Amino acid sequence: MAKSIDVSDLDIYYGDFLAVEGVTIPIAARSVTAFIGPSGCGKSTFLRSLNRMHEVIPGARVEGKILIDGADLYDPDVDPVEVRRQIGMVFQRPNPFPTMSIAENVLAGMRLNSRKLKKTEASEIVESSLRRANLWNEVKDRLTKPGSSLSGGQQQRLCIARAIAVQPQVLLMDEPCSALDPISTTAIEDLIHELREDYTIVIVTHNMQQAARVSETTAFFNLAGVGRPGHLIEYGPTTKIFTTPENPATEAYISGRFG
Amino acid sequence: MTSHAVEGTHRPPRSVGDRVFPALVTAAGAVILVTLAGVALFLTYEGLPALTAKAADIPGADSFAAYVWPLLYGTLLASVLALLFAVPVSIGVALFISHFAPRRLASSLGYLVDLLAAVPSIIYGLWGIFFLAPRLVPLYDWLAGHLSWIPFFAGPASVTGRTILTAGFVLGVMVLPIMTSICREIFLQTPRLHEEAALALGATRWEMIRMTVFPYGRSGIVSGAMLALGRALGETIAVATILSVSNVVSLNLISSTNPGTIAANIALKFPEASGIEVNILIATGLVLFIVTFLVNFLARAIVGRRAEFSGAN
Repeated sequence: MAKSIDVSDLDIYYGDFLAVEGVTIPIAARSVTAFIGPSGCGKSTFLRSLNRMHEVIPGARVEGKILIDGADLYDPDVDPVEVRRQIGMVFQRPNPFPTMSIAENVLAGMRLNSRKLKKTEASEIVESSLRRANLWNEVKDRLTKPGSSLSGGQQQRLCIARAIAVQPQVLLMDEPCSALDPISTTAIEDLIHELREDYTIVIVTHNMQQAARVSETTAFFNLAGVGRPGHLIEYGPTTKIFTTPENPATEAYISGRFG
Repeated sequence: MTSHAVEGTHRPPRSVGDRVFPALVTAAGAVILVTLAGVALFLTYEGLPALTAKAADIPGADSFAAYVWPLLYGTLLASVLALLFAVPVSIGVALFISHFAPRRLASSLGYLVDLLAAVPSIIYGLWGIFFLAPRLVPLYDWLAGHLSWIPFFAGPASVTGRTILTAGFVLGVMVLPIMTSICREIFLQTPRLHEEAALALGATRWEMIRMTVFPYGRSGIVSGAMLALGRALGETIAVATILSVSNVVSLNLISSTNPGTIAANIALKFPEASGIEVNILIATGLVLFIVTFLVNFLARAIVGRRAEFSGAN
């Protein structure tokens, strides 16, 4: 189910503005890869290029290659809608659909994929997805209540349940805990630990302890100055990046000397 | 105890602006209530004599209810027809402007729609009678010829095209701008976060709109439709110009015998009315006033029914 990602020499533009330049990085299947770096360095932009979400912004485009298990993500024959059905995404702020109930939220992706879903089948998917997201026990008695009635941390776990309900091959997380309290953050980190057995997870985070806790590989992004493109400075096993990074900028960042 | 009472009445110091401004806005709010009460009082006071008027005094009917019923029916029919035209079109135009058109085209189209609202209603009336009505005659003939088994198109078709359907269509064009503007604004306010959630799940543009834009904008669409309905119910001069009235209650939309509308009837009859006839006309105005109120309450009820799921929380 999980797939590996191979990025080579990727440039990302917003119109004429080069936002991210020359990223080359392999992302292994069934692992957690964390992107760290100061604000504006292009981590989120790069993450969004992995499921072609950045192109919903008018004028955004990429040059270079992204291979998902060897298949070119940006091949002209590839439908971005199809891509997004296979590469799930969790956003910075929890965004359950406010007009849908908790159960409907979990099923939202399924309903897009296949219209007809038997009732028993649907409730099985709701239960298993919510269980995997460690939310089932908290919401099983109020599945018909609106998703927005939950707390922030619960909403974010609901969004994760919604993303994994369609059994994606890759799960992208864009600062999933930055709007959450420490307890909810712990819950989500535990969840990431469990999910990595089945999914390829890429997570953007501003919290370096979090990167150290959850990821096997860490990639450090930086930018030379405002208005300049972001670069991938270095990547490697998380323990190495956090103890003996090769680049002095990485060391300065992780030791808190800037950013 | 006394000292407590004194403390209770003592107010913390407030700046002049903080005292003046609430007074100003409270007064502004009160103006609405006073105006509304004034209109209601006038309509009731002047309209009451009509309710007890002798049958002989009421033109063309035995009682006030019999007099007002065809007019009320015509008012509602024309307005509903207007909404049937306007709602789908304005949702479509608003969606095109908010989610499909390139930015530059979108803003100029938005201006054009707003410009449509500035055309005086007599112009719409003239457009309806001289331009639209004659061109609709062949359509009415066809409808009467082929679909006459549907009561709406029973025929015989009007030869002038001055039918309730034409009036409804012109009303529809007239209410289009306000509804389009409201829908456009509400569609644009759909949180980016929700739209991206749908797109990231693999929704196509249309599926994204169905999952996020419509549910989020539902109350706005209903309010827009109700404002449009309010305008259609009260529209006077365009209807008075277009419609050939014979004060009947009929389902037939394309014949030359049509129900009138309350507002148009007042405009047409008022110049020659005197005595109790004026009271009768004002009483029909009271009926329209009440109906408009009921329609608005209904709309509120529809909007409020699923407030929990509205996205406002």
